[in-house]
Amino acid sequence: MAKKTVVETILNGESIEFLCEPRQSLLEALRDVLELTGSKEGCLTGDCGACTVIVNGRALCSCLMLAVEAEGKTIETVEGLAPADGLHVLQQKFLEHASLQCGICTPGVLMSSKALLDHNPNPTEADIRYALAGNLCRCTGYDKIVKAVMDAAKSLSTRARAA
Amino acid sequence: MAASTNGHGYRVIGTRPVRHDGVDKVTGRAKYGADYAFPGMLFGRVLRSPYAHAVIKSINVKKALALPGVKAVVTADDLPELPDRMEAAGELPVNLAHLSQNILARRKVLYDGHAIAAVAATSPHIAEEALRLIEVDYEVLPPVMTVEDAMKPGAPILLPGLRNKEDGPDKQTNVASHIQFKRGDVAEAFKSADYVVEREFKTAMVHQGYIEPHNAVGIYNADGHATIYCSTQGTFVVRSLSALVLGMPEGKIKAVPAEIGGGFGGKTTIYLEPLSVLLSKKTGHPVKLTMNRAEVLRATGPTSGSTIRCKLACGKDGKLIAAEIRMAYEAGAFPGSPVGAGAMTIVAPYNIPNLLIDAYDVVVNRPKTAAYRAPGASNAAYASETIIDELAEKCGIDPCDFRIMNGAKEGTAQTAGPPYKRIGFIETLEAIKNSPHYKSKLEGANRGRGVASGFWFNVGLQSSAMVNIHTDGTASVVIGSVDIGGTRAAQAMIAAEVLGLDINDVRPLVADTDSIGHTDVTGGSRTAFATGWAVYEASQDAVRQLKERAAKLWEKKPEEVAFNNGELSAQGDGLKPMTVKDMAPRLARTGGPITGRATVNARSVGPAFATTCVDVEVDPDTGKVQILRATCSQDVGKAIHPAYVEGQMQGGTAQGIGWALNEEYFYDEKGILRNSGLLDYRMPTCLDLPQIETAIVEVPTPGHPLGIRGVGEVSIVPPPAAVANAIYHAVGVRMTELPMSPPRLLKAILKKHGGAESQAAAAGR
Repeated sequence: MAKKTVVETILNGESIEFLCEPRQSLLEALRDVLELTGSKEGCLTGDCGACTVIVNGRALCSCLMLAVEAEGKTIETVEGLAPADGLHVLQQKFLEHASLQCGICTPGVLMSSKALLDHNPNPTEADIRYALAGNLCRCTGYDKIVKAVMDAAKSLSTRARAA
Repeated sequence: MAASTNGHGYRVIGTRPVRHDGVDKVTGRAKYGADYAFPGMLFGRVLRSPYAHAVIKSINVKKALALPGVKAVVTADDLPELPDRMEAAGELPVNLAHLSQNILARRKVLYDGHAIAAVAATSPHIAEEALRLIEVDYEVLPPVMTVEDAMKPGAPILLPGLRNKEDGPDKQTNVASHIQFKRGDVAEAFKSADYVVEREFKTAMVHQGYIEPHNAVGIYNADGHATIYCSTQGTFVVRSLSALVLGMPEGKIKAVPAEIGGGFGGKTTIYLEPLSVLLSKKTGHPVKLTMNRAEVLRATGPTSGSTIRCKLACGKDGKLIAAEIRMAYEAGAFPGSPVGAGAMTIVAPYNIPNLLIDAYDVVVNRPKTAAYRAPGASNAAYASETIIDELAEKCGIDPCDFRIMNGAKEGTAQTAGPPYKRIGFIETLEAIKNSPHYKSKLEGANRGRGVASGFWFNVGLQSSAMVNIHTDGTASVVIGSVDIGGTRAAQAMIAAEVLGLDINDVRPLVADTDSIGHTDVTGGSRTAFATGWAVYEASQDAVRQLKERAAKLWEKKPEEVAFNNGELSAQGDGLKPMTVKDMAPRLARTGGPITGRATVNARSVGPAFATTCVDVEVDPDTGKVQILRATCSQDVGKAIHPAYVEGQMQGGTAQGIGWALNEEYFYDEKGILRNSGLLDYRMPTCLDLPQIETAIVEVPTPGHPLGIRGVGEVSIVPPPAAVANAIYHAVGVRMTELPMSPPRLLKAILKKHGGAESQAAAAGR
């Protein structure tokens, strides 16, 4: 077994260091080393999107990235989505629209949705479906997820106009 | 308290509150089985067979045990050998030997991925390395992969002890059982028919496809008690089946429900749970086992592939006269396919005076099948609903009207005999006929619209519930039904309705097997129906006690106290009505805390019907089908939380569309699964689906205090046939094999246009 490596990263806004084995994926380090179990393992092959996190502004599958590659990068996980005083508008809209049933895909779907809205605040339904095509949900048929993201985008842009 | 209602005489039921476990689930705080960690916990992995059919000659674990970090290796020799007989466990009888041999293979492996040994080590990577050091000597046998091959005389035999009634005690066989349903005179009826359509259908083995792989953490204590944390649809099933496999008394196992990341029937049995306890017992540490995706696909859950020959007949007037059906389902390596359910559902929506149905349960070298949402019914409806569409066309009758004309109503005999009570099948057809979707015009080349219907029994079974009134006048609802899709909210809503409380003043809790009475699995669409019934009764029990306490305070008889819209009241001077909140602080001095309790074994189950309408566009050059529009209409009895009811309808529709178009187990000639990943096992993404429209039909279930009908399953039944019918109306080919994937559909299109295509090719188009 190779020796463990120290990785420095910005995780959910905090500068942190953690120790990991070179063979550990970012997902494994998040879950088993940092005890952030919000990111889920569904396939380990990048096909289901349950482990989606945002790295330097881009949504990606944390099961496909080695933990050591996080060195110097900025990482956002579902645990960092909500502000201290409540919920992110996406989280709120997912609850209002009943967009989750079992909830296992929800963290990944939320992070893909956030990455979309960060880059494209006024997405069409087609934009949303394209951005979420890498996140499998087996419970909902996606209908209520897509509607929640559309509603969240609307709510964000209303807020932006008011500001 | 204001008695504002939502227009149906209810105040809470029928509204759409935010679910109580919602915040945990959108913040990543909800704990699923794989999220549990304990001090000193070890990680387990399972060695699986690389062959579909082989004799295990020997297993040598020495090298694996010698790897630093490895703490234990177990094989079937570490489990008691169980007898080849049926025993009641949970809600269904199980064959003990088969149950045990599916956890760890004994003497033989019966499918690619069959578990052989399990390792516990200090890290999952070390456990994985250790698997490669276990030496297994196999004698490879020829695999049997299809029901046709398995039923041939001289076919290789999977289970040497398997016998069926017809072939007698001396004949080895792969046919585990033959069931027959018979009514009227089929031969005569076919003679008198104006239209007869007969086709043979094949459906591929498909997986439930829950996103969360199976998991279990086992902790065995020195006092002989064990605790299992896992994501399951039924903690009580985990407890009873694990106890059988381990040879432990049931009462020494506690199963704790973690949140569950999807199940659809696939998590109503056990795989890793007893292994986690066995490895914990051997090592003295908590042991966590999780499956990877390939293990999930190779070794858990799928539902049967099937071959169904279906012949239906009607008169010129469109009246169905007769059905003759022969169906064989793949059970997987051990008996127990849902072919019986397939037989009882295949023509259940219709009044057909003459029928003959033969159904065969056949073992093949594939994983042991598990329940999948209305098990057996989607395969069956694919066959019958395609032929119904064809007969309607021959008669020149609208497909909805054809079904309405022949549709089962109150009093129609079910396939197994007894008549239906009040059901809402016709209403689902009317709802589709009146939907904006069906009324819209579908235009454009290669586009078509298809309709199909489906039936599912639903089940009742046993549930327990407690309703605790707290000192601040809020309540907690304790149930044993795992919440797989929002049912906790529905249970809280029922209690809030009865107690006159705000939905946010009721907290639902799913308890472990020691903290609540026996409760059967979350399955069979029974949770809102049966557990909801128990919660209703437990809430009424709390109300009864509240009345007694108020009577004490007011010096009245309990029967003189009324409870309406959340208020206790009685006739008398100066007696001000009290709400539950007013009463709560007075409980201590009127006799102590109040816990309402109820248990049910719910029997008067209301069967479910659904009708689905689908528009498709077929690309004639590739065979790819795009779903343009889909509407599901379903009789739900009474929608407690309509948003989650719609969610069930939409989710089942999406799964049914995946089953129709893409999902399929590919085995090679050696019986090895070649698509054990989610890239090649192709489930629908959100790009593949349109918005899914819903039409909730509410025909109350007779006998249920709230009229609830189970809603979880039936929506998956119509889509494969609805898509097939839409494809036919788009491009004129009747597809008789699932999935109707691009290569398969393209082949059918080219065959139909064979002449024209070759001429075009010759002309150099």
